[in-house]
Amino acid sequence: MARDKIRIGCGAGFADDRIPPGVEIVERGELDYLAMECLAERTIARETLDRAKDPTKGYTPVLLERMEAIMPPALKRGIKIVTNMGAANPMGAANIMRKHAPDWGCPDYSCAVVRGDEVTDIMRAHPELALMEDGAPLESLLPKMASANAYLGADVVAQGFATGADLVITGRVADPALFLGPMLHAFGWSYDDYAKLANGTLVGHLLECSGQLTGGCFADPGKKEVEDLAGLGYPLADVWADGRAEVSKTPGSGGRLDVATCTEQLLYEMHDPTAYITPDCVLDASGVSFQQLAKDRVALHGARGKPRTATYKVVVGYFDGYMGSGEMGFAGVNAVARAKLGIEVVKERLRRRGLTYEEMRIDLIGMNSLHANDAALAPEPYEVRLRIAARTPDRKAAEAVGAEVRSLHMQGPTGAGGGINFGARQILAVKSVLIPREWVKPEIVMEKAA
Amino acid sequence: MSIRLYDIAHARAGDKGNTSNISVTAYDAAGWTVIHRELTPERVLAHFRHLGAGPVRRYELPQLRALNFVIENALGGGVTRSLAIDPHGKSLSASMLTIELPGHNEV
Repeated sequence: MARDKIRIGCGAGFADDRIPPGVEIVERGELDYLAMECLAERTIARETLDRAKDPTKGYTPVLLERMEAIMPPALKRGIKIVTNMGAANPMGAANIMRKHAPDWGCPDYSCAVVRGDEVTDIMRAHPELALMEDGAPLESLLPKMASANAYLGADVVAQGFATGADLVITGRVADPALFLGPMLHAFGWSYDDYAKLANGTLVGHLLECSGQLTGGCFADPGKKEVEDLAGLGYPLADVWADGRAEVSKTPGSGGRLDVATCTEQLLYEMHDPTAYITPDCVLDASGVSFQQLAKDRVALHGARGKPRTATYKVVVGYFDGYMGSGEMGFAGVNAVARAKLGIEVVKERLRRRGLTYEEMRIDLIGMNSLHANDAALAPEPYEVRLRIAARTPDRKAAEAVGAEVRSLHMQGPTGAGGGINFGARQILAVKSVLIPREWVKPEIVMEKAA
Repeated sequence: MSIRLYDIAHARAGDKGNTSNISVTAYDAAGWTVIHRELTPERVLAHFRHLGAGPVRRYELPQLRALNFVIENALGGGVTRSLAIDPHGKSLSASMLTIELPGHNEV
């Protein structure tokens, strides 16, 4: 169905993103489509493990809470939804929603599920593939592999909507593709139309991190003011069939959307601006400019596109040992020296227990923890927290780190307060490979009401 | 007279694996002249070298008065395995803005 213009809103930019602004944009944004991006690089590895323990799980844990808030007002207004909250189990997500939706006042709706992004079998069959990070063969990761998913493109999202679905649930799809998909569906754009694909991808790139376009990650009191940051609204885009696009945000919401916020978000997680590679096109953003049309409304210009590559990017999640950490606070006279004594005591106690670590990191929070600057040059603060973190293949050794830090309360320097043992957590690391498109077979499956 | 980058530009940091990218956008044309001339990849590398970072690539977007720095090996081995308290390096934008640049009476 060809249309002249659609409006797409962003309802979430990460798994635990705030829900109220998502509800607000649904209620006040006059949207046609709502996209919710909730799947960080390594999150899907964790969901894959959940699914291994319970085959009905593996979707984004916050799925039901978010959908209970978003679906009723969206369906009431005819707003179509796409989200990657299916994570490692898109059909499982669709099934559990169907079970709960009647209680939310949503007895009737149609849901399309995108499958086929999971490629663990392909990885096992191709140990010779070279890792993008260091060129080493994939083989070295296979024994530790937790997940492997290809970043699918907007075509599968558009195919999902082509079924007439109100809701499209996906696993791994490139973030901007969640936004480009509705455009492909509504306007029938082809994969030869690079200029339009580029504009649509630019829209998706700007919107995918929700409040980061509208004044989040921006305010600096006295320097860069953001009006009503507490009431930060999520962004939306008006896109025309000819590829023109303007971005704005929920009417009446807090925040700020202007050339400065758009410029920061354009370059967010972008490397070479002439070649931002997505499954749908290679976006050349080097000539992008922004035009302020009105308060909180900006037109996008200058995006150029090149054809999509012949490959899909696959992110492989793998186990990489354990990390243990703990913190302890010191304040008042000689606080820093006492913190440093505490550090030496913990290191020595771990050493005498025969525990060793691949890597250990020591921070003095308040002096050097964020920028790893030279603490000797930092002014001595009134209070400081020592932090010790270490990585090891041995869970027990990882657990010992925080335990030894916390015991400084009773067995460390004087006046040690506010200790925290963060325990040990299993590290799920990620690396990437490229595979030929034809190896991946995405499919659209309708979820059926029971 | 030196110019603190904070006073003439704003910044945002993003992460991909073990690489941080930090955009620096000048508030006005005079600031752009300064950052375009003085905020070289060499200067940025010197500022972040203690993290084990490098190499650094710089991309220019003059129509936005913005520079994009891609700083490899800046994130303690990568977001997923770094021991850093800020594994994404989100706060590195604020570190960037502490850089002092030589001024030539433009600002």
